[in-house]
Amino acid sequence: MSLGFTIPPFRLPEIVSVIGVHLPQWPHSLVLVAALNAAAKLGLLPEDALARLEDRTFVVEVLDAGALACFRCQRGVFRPLLACPTTADLRFQANLAAFLQLLARQEDPDTLFFRRELSIVGDTELGLVVKNMLDAIEWPSLPTLPVFRSRA
Amino acid sequence: MPPMKVPRLVCPAGSLPALKAAVDHGADEVYFGFRNDTNARNFAGLNFDRPAMVEGIRYAHARNRRVLLAINTFAQPGRAVDWQHAVDEAAALGVDAVILADVGLLDYASRRHPGLRLHLSVQGSATSYEAVNFAHREFGIRRAVLPRVLTLAQVETVIRNTPVAIEVFGFGSLCVMNEGRCWLSSYATGESPNTVGACSPARHVQWEKSPGRMNTRLNGILIDSFADDEAAGYPTLCKGRFEVQGETYYALEEPTSLNVLEILPDIARIGVAAVKVEGRQRSPTYVAQVTRTLRAALDELADGAQRYHVRPAWQKELARVSEGSQVTLGAYDRPWR
Repeated sequence: MSLGFTIPPFRLPEIVSVIGVHLPQWPHSLVLVAALNAAAKLGLLPEDALARLEDRTFVVEVLDAGALACFRCQRGVFRPLLACPTTADLRFQANLAAFLQLLARQEDPDTLFFRRELSIVGDTELGLVVKNMLDAIEWPSLPTLPVFRSRA
Repeated sequence: MPPMKVPRLVCPAGSLPALKAAVDHGADEVYFGFRNDTNARNFAGLNFDRPAMVEGIRYAHARNRRVLLAINTFAQPGRAVDWQHAVDEAAALGVDAVILADVGLLDYASRRHPGLRLHLSVQGSATSYEAVNFAHREFGIRRAVLPRVLTLAQVETVIRNTPVAIEVFGFGSLCVMNEGRCWLSSYATGESPNTVGACSPARHVQWEKSPGRMNTRLNGILIDSFADDEAAGYPTLCKGRFEVQGETYYALEEPTSLNVLEILPDIARIGVAAVKVEGRQRSPTYVAQVTRTLRAALDELADGAQRYHVRPAWQKELARVSEGSQVTLGAYDRPWR
């Protein structure tokens, strides 16, 4: 997937995380869960990989934003957790720039791990399943996504 | 200066998007494997099911590229038939070659599928022309991948004394360079590609974060501890730091990646047929980054070795994706034998 632009390395000002940690965290979880469920609905996430996520808890922590998103996978559907567990099955930690570079396929997750810009804590094998699941997604070109289709 | 014959570029694919990235960015050949223990990179969620293989082969062949299938582990006792089925499946899929390590399996493939092109895997651990020629005489192998223990002069000696095409590693994470013979992972976890399973299976790996530090454990054994500003490597015993005679350091090998850009003209001159990129466990992004860089270098070399010079941008791109964020020429240019 080429977006036609490059996400530069950046770090949000410290004030963002100082304020961010005091803000409610559930909106992040809602947004992320909505995106994951949309991807699942489009058939982008292979079923055998989804089955391995069943009943596991995940935390995605955007360090420089002071933001957490927490969710669980139940019967193939991602559900937000309104209270983040202290020990999830899997916890990804990175700054916003690294997450955006990963999503845009601009950086390789192992590269970010070697450079210590991405941490994976918890069930390492589950982390590998998630990483490989995201890598195996063949993103449709943007105009074929439902949101870009013109309505008849 | 006449145009130069350059080695073919062989790139890794752990998923369909990675295969397409390799083809789109200039690989001559792509290698992949099944989603089972016939594959040394049998990691959770990685590799190809049959429909993905069919689509990958179609995609590559439509663009005139070759597809190689790695069946590069050793058949387990009582289960030889699973490995034989993998070879049958490869032949049925119509791949351009299979990459095999197990001598018994090479024998099976050469008898059952005489038309199937055979490559000797690096896991076959053939470091001399005698070993390569044995596999050629007995099984008709057409290409051999040399382990990363040889100097360039030793690689040249092999090439001069064999009719078999020779493939060497050009870029990627270095392992302890004792391919096909290393049991270090088994020592800690009971599993390694050369016994049973994969190297450092993820379920045995634990990363422990504490303020300012990250510890890596393999099956409970502490193998490394990083400060926040230190580059990390894969969680393997060979790249752990150990206390030896009162000093704690990378006693076996530093986390690093092989990078042959500097000696690419020599590799072409001595007649290496193919250059391999390591990394089926990595993402399509890595495959694209490394493939396009090596393609650019090989294309420049094809225009004439005199003109070839290593561009800083290539080195920068490769160093960025390297394990431990550093690169080496490995055994190719060590002065000792």
